[in-house]
Amino acid sequence: MTALGKLFRTTTFKLTLVYLTVFALFAAFLLGYFALNTRRLITEQITDTVNAEIAGLSEQYRVGGIRRLVVVVDARARRPGSSLYLVTTFAGESLAGNVTSLPPGTLDSPGWTETRYRRLDEVEAGEHPEHHALARVFQLPGGFRILVGRDLDERERLYNIVLSAGRWSIAIVIILGLVGGLFVTRRVLRRVDAMTETTRTIMHGDLGGRLPIAGTGDELDRLGENLNVMLERIEALMGGLKEVTDNIAHDLKTPLTRLRNRAEQALRSAKNETEYRAALEHTIEESDGLIRTFNALLMIARAESGQARDDMSEFDAAEIAHDIGELYEPLAEEKGIVLKVEADTPAPLKGNRELISQALANLVDNSIKYVEPHRENANGVPAQIVVRALTDGDRILLTVADSGPGIPEADRARVVQRFVRLEQSRSKPGSGLGLSLASAVARLHGGELTLADNQPGLKSVIALPRGGPVQMAG
Amino acid sequence: MRLLVIEDDRDAADYLVKAFREVGHVADAAMDGDDGLAMALDGQYDVLIVDRMLPKRDGLTIIGALRAKGMETPALILSALGQVDDRVKGLRAGGDDYLPKPYSFSELLARVEVLARRRVGRGEETVLRVGSLELDRLSHQVRRGDDEISLQPREFRLLEYLMQHAGQVVTRTMLLENVWDYHFDPQTNVIDVHISRLRSKIDKGFSQPLLHTIRGAGYMIRDGAR
Repeated sequence: MTALGKLFRTTTFKLTLVYLTVFALFAAFLLGYFALNTRRLITEQITDTVNAEIAGLSEQYRVGGIRRLVVVVDARARRPGSSLYLVTTFAGESLAGNVTSLPPGTLDSPGWTETRYRRLDEVEAGEHPEHHALARVFQLPGGFRILVGRDLDERERLYNIVLSAGRWSIAIVIILGLVGGLFVTRRVLRRVDAMTETTRTIMHGDLGGRLPIAGTGDELDRLGENLNVMLERIEALMGGLKEVTDNIAHDLKTPLTRLRNRAEQALRSAKNETEYRAALEHTIEESDGLIRTFNALLMIARAESGQARDDMSEFDAAEIAHDIGELYEPLAEEKGIVLKVEADTPAPLKGNRELISQALANLVDNSIKYVEPHRENANGVPAQIVVRALTDGDRILLTVADSGPGIPEADRARVVQRFVRLEQSRSKPGSGLGLSLASAVARLHGGELTLADNQPGLKSVIALPRGGPVQMAG
Repeated sequence: MRLLVIEDDRDAADYLVKAFREVGHVADAAMDGDDGLAMALDGQYDVLIVDRMLPKRDGLTIIGALRAKGMETPALILSALGQVDDRVKGLRAGGDDYLPKPYSFSELLARVEVLARRRVGRGEETVLRVGSLELDRLSHQVRRGDDEISLQPREFRLLEYLMQHAGQVVTRTMLLENVWDYHFDPQTNVIDVHISRLRSKIDKGFSQPLLHTIRGAGYMIRDGAR
């Protein structure tokens, strides 16, 4: 595609052409109207003047006869810039006036006529220019005829001036419009080309690229800014995806390797059925663990992609707190931990009940895992976990506070990430996905998971907007 | 019990047919949706095990077509999708139970047996009895012999579910789904603790335990003297 061809194909240029055509047509119409009206006005003026003069001259004739008329006409005809006059006898013989060389027969019929003529004074001076006139022939009583007219050259000159002014202005409009249009188009095209160039490099894999912003705040800037925000989000998602893939590779490969080793070892060294059976049972256990991890990952992915937004319903968060508390209470008791639920006032909430339940279950499960059983901590607080559901303005808070070791502040942000398990907890069972899922669920609902110091212990808070996730304003 | 497995993966289908036969059931397999529907329509099956994604005709359509023809054969849907909304879709389409892949055979077997006996089951009885254990669903009273046993509401529902399926294996997920209405997998086995609590209430002090742990599968309530 040639540069010029590309230029002509742009929307801006096509728009310029449309506007230009409309504008030129309008200008032509306006000037044409102006020219015609001017011409009409002048013609009207001429007829008025001529009629008035004929009326005056007929009056002179009526009062003083042909003699007086001839004197008056002679006087008037000699004035500079005068009208055209001609007085003739019945036979067409000129008696007075300043006109000659009329086409034959002009005087035969009374009324208005447009005619060629020569001025008498010019003919006498030896020049013979032909002029145009608008004249009226009038029959006087007694067979005399009188012609009064006005020269039309002035009218035509004015008309032509207006016409040529019109032509010029249209030409200028078109030239300026085209030049301006090309200029604007090229400017826009250059910016769009820059954007296209950037998107092309992004498409080739350089996700770090960003569209250029001119800083004028115009529509292209706004488009660019929005696209940049989108790119930012895509880059973050891709980063997340890569991280997840790496994590999956690591955290799924480890148990897979274990599984394989165990099977291999059984093949190599198992001696009897009992040993084979034990190895197979281990294998199944290991694969169940893998499936569990896999399900948790899928769940997180689903929550993060926002798919689960379709399953939102209204329910009471206090009820969830009680249900989960009740589900885990025997387990806590068995471990010598007191599990209490403080959720006496209803906390209505719109969300995915199943996912929120699971998020809360994960937090409780976590606490049960890390609280030291049967032991009061340094401050004499007995081993306990408190689950609460509170209403806080527009938010519903589901909190799990325990008297366990807590999480050092520096690590709090990190433990929410997938598969992150602190050194101290490597020995405990778990996939390292519990908090990630809780956090993903909170974010799905437009809320957040925060980990705080329970002084002592850990206080995990899932804060959710009461009315469900707010749709992002477009 | 006659079972029909509609599953397009030949290995999986063969494995299921073989496994069902080993535990004493009669099982046939269909490899695609059209065959499956035809067989389900004229065969006398007790339970259908239907894969969600099949060539020619998907699992939900098969169930829909059967239900439209007035066939109420219980159907269990197997699906690799396994998300909550997917499950809801399956049950809404007329499926009676739903199991995400990968599943354990013991889980599948327990669910299929529960489905097969549902119609002749004890759903409507007001008093459930197993050995000397008696549960009155109207007055919410539980007795073992002459002793009255006091149970928390959830324990009552747990026992009720177990007794409704007396003599059948009930898995942990089945309990979580039917007693707690949760479809996620609690990472720690919370159900075991609930069971042991219940066990201490109904079996403690009696020479004949009723609530049994079935290794690798789940639990079963049954009169041991039978």
